[in-house]
Amino acid sequence: MLKLINNIENKKIDSRILGDKIFAGIVFLFAGITISPIIFIIYELIVKGYKQINLAFFTEIAPDTYEAMVALNNGKVIPGGILNGITGTLTMVSLAAIMAIPLGILIGIFLYENASKRYSSVVRDITDILQGVPSIVLGLISYFWIVKNITNGFSALAGSTALAIMMLPLIIRSTEETLKMIPETIKEAALALGVPYHKIILRVLIPTGFSGLLTGVLLAISRIIGETAPLMLTALGSMKVSFDIEKPISAVPLLIWEFYNDPNMVDLIWASSLFLMILVLTLNLVSKYILEKRG
Amino acid sequence: MDELIKQIKNPVLSLQNLSVSYNKAKTAVTNVSVGIKRNKVTAIMGPSGCGKSTLLRAINRMHDLYPNIDVSGEIFLNGKNISEMSDILLRRKIGMVFQRPNPFPTMSIYDNVIAGYKLNGIRLKKSEKDEIVEKALNDVVLWNEVKDSLTKKGTFLSGGQQQRLCIARAIAFLPDVILLDEPTSALDPIATKKVEELLIELKEKYTIILVTHNMSQAASISDYSMFMYLGELIEYGKTKTMFINPVDKRTEEYLTGKFS
Repeated sequence: MLKLINNIENKKIDSRILGDKIFAGIVFLFAGITISPIIFIIYELIVKGYKQINLAFFTEIAPDTYEAMVALNNGKVIPGGILNGITGTLTMVSLAAIMAIPLGILIGIFLYENASKRYSSVVRDITDILQGVPSIVLGLISYFWIVKNITNGFSALAGSTALAIMMLPLIIRSTEETLKMIPETIKEAALALGVPYHKIILRVLIPTGFSGLLTGVLLAISRIIGETAPLMLTALGSMKVSFDIEKPISAVPLLIWEFYNDPNMVDLIWASSLFLMILVLTLNLVSKYILEKRG
Repeated sequence: MDELIKQIKNPVLSLQNLSVSYNKAKTAVTNVSVGIKRNKVTAIMGPSGCGKSTLLRAINRMHDLYPNIDVSGEIFLNGKNISEMSDILLRRKIGMVFQRPNPFPTMSIYDNVIAGYKLNGIRLKKSEKDEIVEKALNDVVLWNEVKDSLTKKGTFLSGGQQQRLCIARAIAFLPDVILLDEPTSALDPIATKKVEELLIELKEKYTIILVTHNMSQAASISDYSMFMYLGELIEYGKTKTMFINPVDKRTEEYLTGKFS
């Protein structure tokens, strides 16, 4: 009798071990399939873009098509770089961050504090909808608000506004989620010391959740830094280095689009894409690192 | 029940007809009237869910934070009705220590002790701060353990040390009363012992109200005890008397372990 039971159990265990191995194999296979695109993308960008990455790439503005053609015909690398794009992206992203971060964090705090009120669930739903609005639509809206009425022409301000609206929902939700993760006991500890409410938020909750808030902001920036469509309708692009927020301005993704339309600039497309990709990747990795360090 | 107030002369706290209910339906504390003796340890005992913590949190008006909790009845601190005091001022006079140690994770040990001053924007000289920190940490017998690592984060300490740090944070503000909500339930036996010894020392200077579900803790460190059951105050008196000779049958059953 006992032998019989042992036999049955052995058989069962054998088939289980086999099933286990098959399942593990499938999991590995799909994990590999999932990560392969990113590896191919980075490989492709490096292979095609590395030769344009030099000092001039970061310190000179984009060349005109004639300069590029001459260089190509002589078998040299294209002169010039993407400095006007880099400064433009920096200007617009900073401006967008200045607009979106305070507002986003305040709304996030509001949602956290009034989690169960009906009004806040409306705000939360609107935030989710905002996140789904196509970026080109935000560009159009910013065109009508800013380009037509405020700056009377394409401008960095208009571009930043579109980007800021894109950042808002991300910052709002990450702020709310971060604050929710802070144990209620920390809040009560401050409350029991007689600390007024606004100070609990400013001096206890925000410092405690700071790394989470920072991560949310970094991810929001990495999300908008490569946006092209809304900028075409608002910032337009510019061939010179500019910090004037009322004037048209360039951006790295805008330059990529311009390079794409010029048969002489093909190499610069890849180099600029590589640069943008590395920037986004770095932002993502830094935010992951911050989150892990907190945990 | 009125006798329970009268038997304590010149109480630091007196509760009159205090009731607390959740969502207007579930009553957690029913009509409790009691006086708390100055510079003594008063333990609140009872089985889980009997309303001990709810009662305690009514004393520093922590319930104000939650709109679904209703508190009725009156509480007097040194003869003053607490509902007429600002909640901020009240909580400065009544310190609280929680079930789980909750030092502020972003602050150093030093800053945690003076958090009450710091967060309330009370400016102190460096020498005054140093004095407060050293005295409070000495009072909780933590000074020798942490004096060389005051700049480290409060969360760097062990659980028992963290809880003593939290007590230091509460007493640094020189409160009239300290409320402790099962302060040792998350600690190991050695850390528990240390906190218990500390409480016995602290009662020289402070009035302590201690919620506990640990009977031997109540017996060893409290002077007065309350026994609560299903939201009602069943019995209140000197701890020795209550443990030796409980009046109510339910108290006796609880103390002899018939239910818990």
